[in-house]
Amino acid sequence: MSDAHYYQGLAKSMMFTIILVSYAPLLLITLIAGYQYSVAYRAKVDAHLRELVLKHDQAVDAYLEEKVEELQVLAEAVGVERLRGDAGVARLHDVLARVHGSDFVDLGLVDCKGVQVAYSGPYKLLGANYADAPWYREVLERKVFISDVSLGLRGVPHFTIALLVPVNGQDWVLRTTLDFIGFNKLVEDILVGETGMAYIINRKGEFQTTPRRDMSGELSFLRKLAAGRAGDSELAHGRASMTVETNPATGRETLFVTSPLKSGDWLMVYQQDVDDAFSALDQARNLAVVVLLLGGIAITVMAYLMSRRMARKVELADVEKEMMNEQVIEAGKLASVGELAAGIAHEINNPVAIMVEEAGWIQDLLDEGLDQDDNEREVQRALRQIREQGVRCREITHKLLSFARKIDPTVERIDVNDMIMEMVEFCEQRARYANVAMEASLADDVAEVEGSASEVQQVLLNLINNAIDAMDPGGGNLDIMSRMEDGVVAVSISDTGCGIPQANLQRIFDPFFTTKPVGKGTGLGLSIIYGIVHKMGGDIAVKSVVNRGTTFTVRFPAAESSETVDAGDGEEL
Amino acid sequence: MAAHLLLIDDEQPFVETMAKRLGKRGYTVATALSGEDGLKALDADHSVDVVILDVKMPGMDGIETLKRIKAEHPLVEVLMLTGHATVASAIDGMKSGAYDYMMKPCDIDELLAKVGEAYDQKQARETRILEARARHIELRRGD
Repeated sequence: MSDAHYYQGLAKSMMFTIILVSYAPLLLITLIAGYQYSVAYRAKVDAHLRELVLKHDQAVDAYLEEKVEELQVLAEAVGVERLRGDAGVARLHDVLARVHGSDFVDLGLVDCKGVQVAYSGPYKLLGANYADAPWYREVLERKVFISDVSLGLRGVPHFTIALLVPVNGQDWVLRTTLDFIGFNKLVEDILVGETGMAYIINRKGEFQTTPRRDMSGELSFLRKLAAGRAGDSELAHGRASMTVETNPATGRETLFVTSPLKSGDWLMVYQQDVDDAFSALDQARNLAVVVLLLGGIAITVMAYLMSRRMARKVELADVEKEMMNEQVIEAGKLASVGELAAGIAHEINNPVAIMVEEAGWIQDLLDEGLDQDDNEREVQRALRQIREQGVRCREITHKLLSFARKIDPTVERIDVNDMIMEMVEFCEQRARYANVAMEASLADDVAEVEGSASEVQQVLLNLINNAIDAMDPGGGNLDIMSRMEDGVVAVSISDTGCGIPQANLQRIFDPFFTTKPVGKGTGLGLSIIYGIVHKMGGDIAVKSVVNRGTTFTVRFPAAESSETVDAGDGEEL
Repeated sequence: MAAHLLLIDDEQPFVETMAKRLGKRGYTVATALSGEDGLKALDADHSVDVVILDVKMPGMDGIETLKRIKAEHPLVEVLMLTGHATVASAIDGMKSGAYDYMMKPCDIDELLAKVGEAYDQKQARETRILEARARHIELRRGD
């Protein structure tokens, strides 16, 4: 059945519609919500990291400042004179150690020539000459100097705070070494996620704190980073500025938050793999993708099953409808055959009556005797008359037989003009009795149509009968026209009857709609015609003016030219 | 005295043969091939007693013709001839004043029997009318 294709298409289109309608909003919501969420989350993470770095940056700065200020206070309060002796420095160192624990490793006083004149601490550095040490030259210039972390003379990581204390025009330098470990703790504790960590580098990219893991692979990159920061004044001073770079050591996108320390000498760096920083976001995204995927699969499966089931139901309904249509048409055929039979019976009745009369007449003449007058000739005439009437009967029965034989739905090629003439002939008697003047004007170029002859016959017969009924009583003119209209065969049947009121016009094709009294019409005629014409791919139109008449126009698609018609009966739809 | 008959039917051979057969049985038979002709014949010939009328005719049909006959010639009795399909209209016809109806084709003897009854009824009516007139004249004379 060629319909299989149609139902497959129907199922497919239904399926795609269901999928589209249910999946599109899902996808849209996921995308929009996901985007919004990611933006918000990123902003939050950014803010959090900046805040973190800023806080520690401030803490480190405050730590250094605090140490410097303490020294300053001590120097001012104690006075250089008192510190010059080892005892003075030692006492001060003791106090510092008592208060601050092991932060202050040692304490020394350096005179203007760079010689350490007093020292307290674990190393023997009394009398060491720092005249050429870079920190010493720096402190003379800057009054306060905090060195980078270095191994220095003693081979242990430490950094130095030096303070210029001018006394009576003479410059003294108070210097102390701070334990690297205590300082390191400040920064080391920043551990976020798997890869998040913080450290401090100086301008040359040297580590000032011990990073969490071996970062030797990243050194050159960090050096560049530090140099770039230092060179670019705005970035160097922009606190907690954030960039995303590809980390050459890990090859992954890495988030760097940098903030300058110690007036830009140092750089606090917080780094974390982007994946790690936004791992929650990735999880949410993965979850969304999984849900989308599962939802999509579920929707697709459901859509497939549902559309198949619905298409199946539609198919069943269509088959049922088709069967109903067939039955209605069959019933209509029976009805019209019944009407036909009544008409035919009456038509046959007349010749039969004549024959009976003639037979009776012959009987009369025989009773009288054939030799009387010209009785024999009269008998001959009566017999001739009987034969003539018999022929008339035969014609009628043949017409009926041909009609009955054609009640089958086989599709064939039909010459519409021939069929119109046949039907006109058929209805002539009825029209004559109803005082209807029938006239057929047929175009020569009317193409053949494809359909069941008996069904087309039924269409024409029904329309002609309706037209005759519409003109009862009183009669009128019935015109049947055939013509070609843009490759379509059009047949118009016009009457001059009572017409159809506007209110009824929309309903005339409804099954069982009739204006005839109960028992006179089934109301199936026009609905059957409608069904037949539409099954053939044509259409039927009606124009009517009350008390002026009605014109039904039936349009059939013309059959393809005879060479191609044998290809198949695909036109049947 | 046999009844005067008028046959109205659109089938000419039927009318002719029927007329011959009835004529052979001693009836005076006039014929007409349509309702209009029948009415004209009635107007022209007042001696017609019974009309044998076909129900289904082109132009003016049997029922219409019957109504006209009953309106213009109330005393004339009408026998309807009908095919099966028009029995209902024949019964309508009887409601409009036809004496009876017969199915076509019909047996001539049955037809004649019906014609005889119709003729008798017509005679009886005419007799009553005559009697009524006579009584009326007597009353006017006053004895």
